Amino acid sequence: MTMQTEVKELHAPGHRACPGCGCAMAVKTILREAGPNVIVVSPTGCLETFTSPFRGSSWEVPWIHSLFENAPAIATGVLAALKARGNPEGTRVVAIGGDGGTYDIGMGSLSGMFERKDDILYICYDNEAYMNTGIQGSSATPYGAGTTTTPVTGASFGKSVGKKDLVAIALAHDVPYVATASIAYPADLKKKVRKGMEVEGPAFIQMLTPCNVGWGYEPEETVELARKAIETGLFPIVEFEKGQLVSVKKIKPVPVEQYLKPQKRYQHLFKSDGFKGVLEAIRQRAEENIRKFGLA
Amino acid sequence: MKGHTAILEGSRAVAEAVRACRPDVISVYPITPQTHILEDLARFVASGRLKSQFVRADSEFSAASIVYGASAAGARTYTASASQGLLLMTEVIYAMASTRLPVVLTAVNRTISAPITIQPDHQDTMSLRDTGALQIHVESLQEAYDAHVQSFRIAEDPEVQLPLFICMDGWVLSHSYEPVTVYPDEAVAEFAGRFKPVQMLDPKAPLTYGAYADQDVLMEYRYALMQAQEKAKGKIRAAAKEYREVFGNFDGDLVDPYFTDDAEVVLVAMGSMVSTIRSAVDELRAEGQKVGLLKVRSFRPFPKEEIQAVCGKVPVVAVLDKSLSVNSGGVLATEVKGALYGAPSSPVVVPFMAGLGGKEVNRKVIREIVDLARRAADGESPVPETVWMGLDHRFFDR
Repeated sequence: MTMQTEVKELHAPGHRACPGCGCAMAVKTILREAGPNVIVVSPTGCLETFTSPFRGSSWEVPWIHSLFENAPAIATGVLAALKARGNPEGTRVVAIGGDGGTYDIGMGSLSGMFERKDDILYICYDNEAYMNTGIQGSSATPYGAGTTTTPVTGASFGKSVGKKDLVAIALAHDVPYVATASIAYPADLKKKVRKGMEVEGPAFIQMLTPCNVGWGYEPEETVELARKAIETGLFPIVEFEKGQLVSVKKIKPVPVEQYLKPQKRYQHLFKSDGFKGVLEAIRQRAEENIRKFGLA
Repeated sequence: MKGHTAILEGSRAVAEAVRACRPDVISVYPITPQTHILEDLARFVASGRLKSQFVRADSEFSAASIVYGASAAGARTYTASASQGLLLMTEVIYAMASTRLPVVLTAVNRTISAPITIQPDHQDTMSLRDTGALQIHVESLQEAYDAHVQSFRIAEDPEVQLPLFICMDGWVLSHSYEPVTVYPDEAVAEFAGRFKPVQMLDPKAPLTYGAYADQDVLMEYRYALMQAQEKAKGKIRAAAKEYREVFGNFDGDLVDPYFTDDAEVVLVAMGSMVSTIRSAVDELRAEGQKVGLLKVRSFRPFPKEEIQAVCGKVPVVAVLDKSLSVNSGGVLATEVKGALYGAPSSPVVVPFMAGLGGKEVNRKVIREIVDLARRAADGESPVPETVWMGLDHRFFDR
């Protein structure tokens, strides 16, 4: 009797991600589910940088990076080439990009891909700031979080406006499969990757992938923080098929402080009473999510 | 080979050539004056005359990115743009060239804002001069057709593998009507061949495209581009020669000299202006003036040796530019001077800014240029840095 002790990882070990990188964990999980018959597209960002050093690629599937703002369009082109040949092997196109490349600079390109109903699974690994360039604020950075361009100093309490609602934007494009997922629940992530690949037309999955460097916590806490984000109601796990909410991850809500306190980017909220209003607004956001999606 | 001659719009002539070359993927985004080409192709695809994946993009940036991805996945690819659209594509074109993706692009030349205008000049494609893309300029609608038929095999040649721009002046060529001889689809398809990518995105043989690289290989990538463009010279020549053998037309290869052997003055130019110069040369020759024309057909790769060979034999060369490198001069003139520096014999080079932003360049203007160039060379007036033809000085009086 033999026992399989090792699986061949399609995202090979030895890449250059920081210890505790949430994105690296997510990509390994995604590729385990997606399997080898895929072409992966990534924009510029952490993932591109840590996986693709010249002569040292960690991709065991065909992978293409071009620029920061065009991963969805590159994916469309790859898909068009497959369709032109009839795609006899049924190869799937999966794009994996960070929040900068997805929420901000790649937004127009992503909107084009959604509108054309291109049969592509787009997964955003959302670490809520431009981490690759050194923790600058993005439109995915949440209200109250400190980054180098939403600094905490004096009366400035970090980002003064909320996070862009990309799930709603995807739904507004009539994207047939839209979901959120987390590295804290890999089985759920895998199930959603499978569904996203099987659905006809575009699919969008937003994953919260904590970044210990950018958020300021110890590397071993990544998965725990990913879980806390969900349990507080700040990151709802939801799933939409053809615009209808079909599943949510139920939670027993815990106070938002359990998620915020371990992170340096939110430390200021606990040091001064002057930011009580900010903390209260974050609390309200969590409650609103819980109500809106029926999480509790 | 006998073709079918009809009065066609320039954009239609291009679309006919592209259709017959059977691209697998076409991406489109409208911008004046390139749009008619895409509209023609849209109708060809919708009516089933062309079996291509036809993808509407959300911007020129995405249009270029779509053919980028498709080319990397092994498809023959085509797109078109102009002016601001080409500038928006610039970042993609740099990456496309360095990733060695042979996309064919029709650049319908139009100047750059501001002020916003739709007038033709070469400022747009000149802004993409250093991307690594090949740039071939055409003079007539027939040549626009011929050059597109030749384009795919040049770009896709395993020794080249570079994006290729066929540059044609907006309006003057894209929207005018001329008799164009179109050849049978099967013959064109045979000439264009099929794209056989050296490598591609394929799950059976996974490759990483667009890797992160540092100083150990970055310069080597650039050097490889230089070598590929040098190789492209032979491929452009071969395509033009074989095209003449198969179809009978010849528009020049890298350059096209016209009455240059005994010329006292040679005019160097690109694009539709060449046709005007050609008829001015005929006129001047009939009057006994020894004037010639050197059409630069391939701007990238740059035909340095050919320019030396023709211009080295004449006393005066006038370069007519439709693009400006501010505080340096006309881009073509600067490059022609560079090519002639250190050549065994070099002429007096007189640079002219002619046709910028669509300013009229007719035979009268050409005759004036010949006179000015002669006078400058004879020492009657000092050789100016650049002569701005038709510049309205009243504009600056306030």
